[in-house]
Amino acid sequence: MINFLIDIGQKLLALLSFVGGLANLAGQAFYWALVGPYKRRSIFDQMKKVGVDSMPIVLLTAFFIGVIMALQIAYMMQRLGSEMYIASIVALSLVRELGPIITALVVAGRVGAAITAEIGSMQVTEQIDALETLASNPIRYLVVPRLLALSLMLPLLTIYADIIGIFGGYLICVHKLGISSSMYLHITFDALLLKDLFTGLFKTVFFGMIIALVSCYEGFNVEGGAEGVGRATTKSVVTTFILIIAADCFFTALFYFAMP
Amino acid sequence: MHAIEIQNLTKFFNTRKVLDNLSLNIEKGQTCVIIGRSGCGKSVLLKHIEGILKPDSGKIIINGQDITKLTNNEMDKIRLKMGMVFQGGALFDSMTVGENVGFNLIEHNHVSNKELLEKVESALCVVGLCGIENLTPSEISGGMKKRVALARAICIEPEIIFYDEPTTGVDPITADSINELIKTMHDKLKVTSIVVTHDMKSAYSIADKIAMMYQGKIIAEGTPQEIQNTTHPVVHQFINGLAKGPITEALDHD
Repeated sequence: MINFLIDIGQKLLALLSFVGGLANLAGQAFYWALVGPYKRRSIFDQMKKVGVDSMPIVLLTAFFIGVIMALQIAYMMQRLGSEMYIASIVALSLVRELGPIITALVVAGRVGAAITAEIGSMQVTEQIDALETLASNPIRYLVVPRLLALSLMLPLLTIYADIIGIFGGYLICVHKLGISSSMYLHITFDALLLKDLFTGLFKTVFFGMIIALVSCYEGFNVEGGAEGVGRATTKSVVTTFILIIAADCFFTALFYFAMP
Repeated sequence: MHAIEIQNLTKFFNTRKVLDNLSLNIEKGQTCVIIGRSGCGKSVLLKHIEGILKPDSGKIIINGQDITKLTNNEMDKIRLKMGMVFQGGALFDSMTVGENVGFNLIEHNHVSNKELLEKVESALCVVGLCGIENLTPSEISGGMKKRVALARAICIEPEIIFYDEPTTGVDPITADSINELIKTMHDKLKVTSIVVTHDMKSAYSIADKIAMMYQGKIIAEGTPQEIQNTTHPVVHQFINGLAKGPITEALDHD
């Protein structure tokens, strides 16, 4: 019993110190992001790593998701005899939900893990301390470019993911299910409102921030050599996944009730 | 006035007391070697003087300013007058050797490109590594990394240089050349140096003053001569590298 309570206490303390540490990092990162001056070169480097280099895998995933959605929804709609709705459902679910979340999760797995591993190795080899002794604030130097790059590039990647996803649905519907091309496009654009696009993209900015802050935080807190870097990387990916999905749930509920 | 004055420094890591009311003074232009067993808190002490760690209590006064009370921005100004040579070099592996050495100049001093290249070149030549600017840290050996780290520290012409185990893990010849470099800094540039090491040969050859750290305190300090002739049993065991003595007995009792 006592051990059980000790266990719970320790878990709670770890959770609190994580929340506190993350909030502290976020506060400092936002401060430096607002104050500047910016290191343009490192922001562009990060934008390339985060955005351009993630493009192929994001597009591939989005394409498959679009195809899958079209097939699954076609199955349902054929039973109900309302194939006309396939296009609008594919478009709405991709733009409002699947495009943003798939992009965020793919980027979290690809980029978030890399950030934790990179910063973690820098921590283990004292490079973070070296930055400090060279009078360069590690948060300003390492976190701010990643934070800005991720919160800028994630919405952009999502736009591409939305387009390619809808294209995947289009291919299935037009070539396999016999819906005419102009009809499909007409229904798609008819169904989509600006609001749908906005709510979808708005949350990706926050997903980007979550990925940047959590993966940097875990990197800074690596302890114990190569094994520690591995542990931190796993933890960072798991934590970002959970936080992204929780944030998604929050924003979806918020928009559902605030912008009906 | 002392260059560095450490007063009653105490630091806990969780419940473990790493620094215990530690006091130490270092004069301007002096090379002070801090010796002690691995894990006795020597590196922690250095990180306090660099302002990376904050003490739980006590003061560190550098050129008349208590750095434990400074904000990060104020501390950064002091850091621009200090250089630190890390144990493993701590070179940024995403950059070339040249960018590493010139890091401070690139980030903080707006020097012309030509001047930057000249300063980097001359710092590398001082450590005997002319012309390797374009290599990356992964392409050079451990001993070279230490020397590049030294070049990075001296590139800004600091008043104080800290060395964290500069001769650990390098071959005896490189170790001696690093000792020579530390002596050059001391003789020619009048730099105040703090060297953390457990290499006694190196300590005798470079030190103006040796301080022995044990259980978070400075238990003895003096010239190399005085330390060599010590009667203090702990210091005697350490400098002669004996397996039996008060240090190991204390461990057995724990």
